[in-house]
Amino acid sequence: MSRKRDGRRSLGWLLRSNGWERRLNFAVLAVAVLLALLYPQIQSTLDFLPKLTTAIPVLVFVVLALGLNIVVGFAGLLDLGYAAFFAIGAYAVALLTSTSSTIPYFREHPVDFWVAMFVSTGVAATFGVVLGAPTLRLRGDYLAIVTLGFGEIVPLVVRNTPDWTKGTQGMNPIGVPKLPISDIQFGAITTEPWYYLILAVLALSVVLTSRLRVSRVGRAWMAIREDELAAASMGINPVTTKLWAFSLGASFSGFAGSVYASYLQVIAPEQFRFDVSIFVLSMIILGGMGNIWGVIVGGIILGSADRTLPELAGNFTRTLGTQLNLVGLRDVDVSQYRSLFFGLVLVIMMIARPEGLFPSARRKMELHAAEESEVEAEQQTLTDAQR
Amino acid sequence: MRAVSLRQIGFREVGWAAGLVAALVLLVIGVPAIARSPDLFAAAIVIGVTNGAFIALIALGYTLVYGIIELINFAHGDLFMLGTFASLQTLIFLGMRSEEGIQGSPQAWLGMFLAMLVAMIFCATLNVAAERIAYRPLRRAPRLAPLISAIGVSFIFINVGLLWFGASPQRYPDLLPEIDFARTAFGEASLISFRLKDVFVIALAVPLMLGLAWIIQNTKIGKAMRAVAQDQEMSLQMGIDVNRVISFTFLLGGALAGAASVMYGVYNNNTDFTLGFNAGLKAFTAAVLGGIGNVTGAALGGFVLGLLAAFTTIYVGGQWENVGVFSLLVVILVFKPTGLLGEVTPER
Repeated sequence: MSRKRDGRRSLGWLLRSNGWERRLNFAVLAVAVLLALLYPQIQSTLDFLPKLTTAIPVLVFVVLALGLNIVVGFAGLLDLGYAAFFAIGAYAVALLTSTSSTIPYFREHPVDFWVAMFVSTGVAATFGVVLGAPTLRLRGDYLAIVTLGFGEIVPLVVRNTPDWTKGTQGMNPIGVPKLPISDIQFGAITTEPWYYLILAVLALSVVLTSRLRVSRVGRAWMAIREDELAAASMGINPVTTKLWAFSLGASFSGFAGSVYASYLQVIAPEQFRFDVSIFVLSMIILGGMGNIWGVIVGGIILGSADRTLPELAGNFTRTLGTQLNLVGLRDVDVSQYRSLFFGLVLVIMMIARPEGLFPSARRKMELHAAEESEVEAEQQTLTDAQR
Repeated sequence: MRAVSLRQIGFREVGWAAGLVAALVLLVIGVPAIARSPDLFAAAIVIGVTNGAFIALIALGYTLVYGIIELINFAHGDLFMLGTFASLQTLIFLGMRSEEGIQGSPQAWLGMFLAMLVAMIFCATLNVAAERIAYRPLRRAPRLAPLISAIGVSFIFINVGLLWFGASPQRYPDLLPEIDFARTAFGEASLISFRLKDVFVIALAVPLMLGLAWIIQNTKIGKAMRAVAQDQEMSLQMGIDVNRVISFTFLLGGALAGAASVMYGVYNNNTDFTLGFNAGLKAFTAAVLGGIGNVTGAALGGFVLGLLAAFTTIYVGGQWENVGVFSLLVVILVFKPTGLLGEVTPER
């Protein structure tokens, strides 16, 4: 019975749940953390596992998914332009730390990466407020389209203003983090430091989002998601509450963007297209909107599938095509069809299991409310009709 | 539960809104632009009106569906893209991959007619199927669920397009005879170009829109559509087969997108699988501009948006066209979410 309570689904369950359940949860978490920490060593012995160069982008996208989960999962606002904040974070860190920055002052005096990381997080959050303040009064589906428009405008503006952003050519190089005590180098060849940096970023994001979830504003998000009118009459200001969700979500995106830019060393507008926003959205829908652990698992599943499946499927169709002597099948480039996968995930999940693979109990209740019983559903539509 | 969405055409309001928009356009960009080069301005108007016709036809598909079930049919632009592919496939099948030797011949006209027929049937069927599979099961779900499903359908359509003709842009045969009324009248050097193509597009689009208006206002199923748009539950109790009406709405929207796709192909002579996103967003903006759910508004919005896009391309630069369109969308949604002709609906 206690598992049904959504309040347990944050880090709090570790302390609050009791008996074997608590021990089991703790054991699962410990094993997961240990596996994550030892992954570079495990991978070097079991080389069929995805390489670190695959794992790092996957983890960056998991951080993005955690941020989008605040907006979509907690507050119930559909944001289709999430990649724009990713771009803003990446470009902010590039402008501040690149030795080829378009701002002369920073070209001469590049800012330290750690400082730039927090600045770009702030810049992304500011953009979140700027976009959110006028638009959050809109109804859900209109908000989705406005954010989609914003997500499309940002890469276009980046491409069309080469004096500021170097346009399609992209920005390169980008400052790398330096550790004050040890002499670990964040270079192009050594991927391990990057892996641990991103793991740390992910851990921080998990702690922050799970604390946010049970905070005052987090509970307000859920109240608004379930019934905006009721929440407003209980004294919650819908616009400021949504604005918090929007700008906090944006700050996670900017945070991830700054680290990713530094890891990749080159950023161009094409990396932040609409597909990226939908990719991240598919992750949280697959995992389960509103459930932090579900989102992480969904993100890892979809992220690794996206990076390894095209190759596997490509090998498969190539061999099959050669065996059966079908030129069409042999020469098909499977990696072109990556986005088909997201599309299928979205449709199938919405129809079959809208609450995701690992649902948040509360979200599940909302999504299935209409199916509970036909009578109740009829009553619901009747009261709707009276409204 | 829902306000009247597919309402009857109010000519007075159309006139009023069109006049206001025209006056604004004239004041802000028109006067200085005309003074500089009247020819360029006229050229922009021709391009704008013709492009507006495609946009309006696609926008009608958005507005019809939104009017009935309040779903932003995200996949509609990609349906239009698949329409261009279906018609191109028909032309290839008829041996008209290129216009050489048959440009303007009766054979070419017949080809275009068949291509349009196939595209309309194809898009209508596909749209109805998408509704059946991806949106109908979600009719009672929270309103964001069908929207997310529609985004998924959009991605599936894009990949179908990619699988069909590959990633490279495809040439669409130039089947209409090369006649340019403006250049015959004002000489070859004229900046204005008013070709048979422009006439073709407008001459097809306007009757299609009027036909749609006629169906909605005068037929039994049109009446049923208006009833379902007003109150789904009550229509059901009055004996209207709501599912059939919704399917019919998707059928109409799909057929219009199919027709628009052939007009687009013949006019622009190219197509590719990424076409749908831009076309869809422009059309959605047009539908919102006119007041989403309002059929007349969508047609008006299409033409206004076509003009806006043409003016942005000519006076600001082609690469800013989409920025202009999106900015307009954001501005309308924030300041006047009911659009030019829209009605006040609760909870917007």
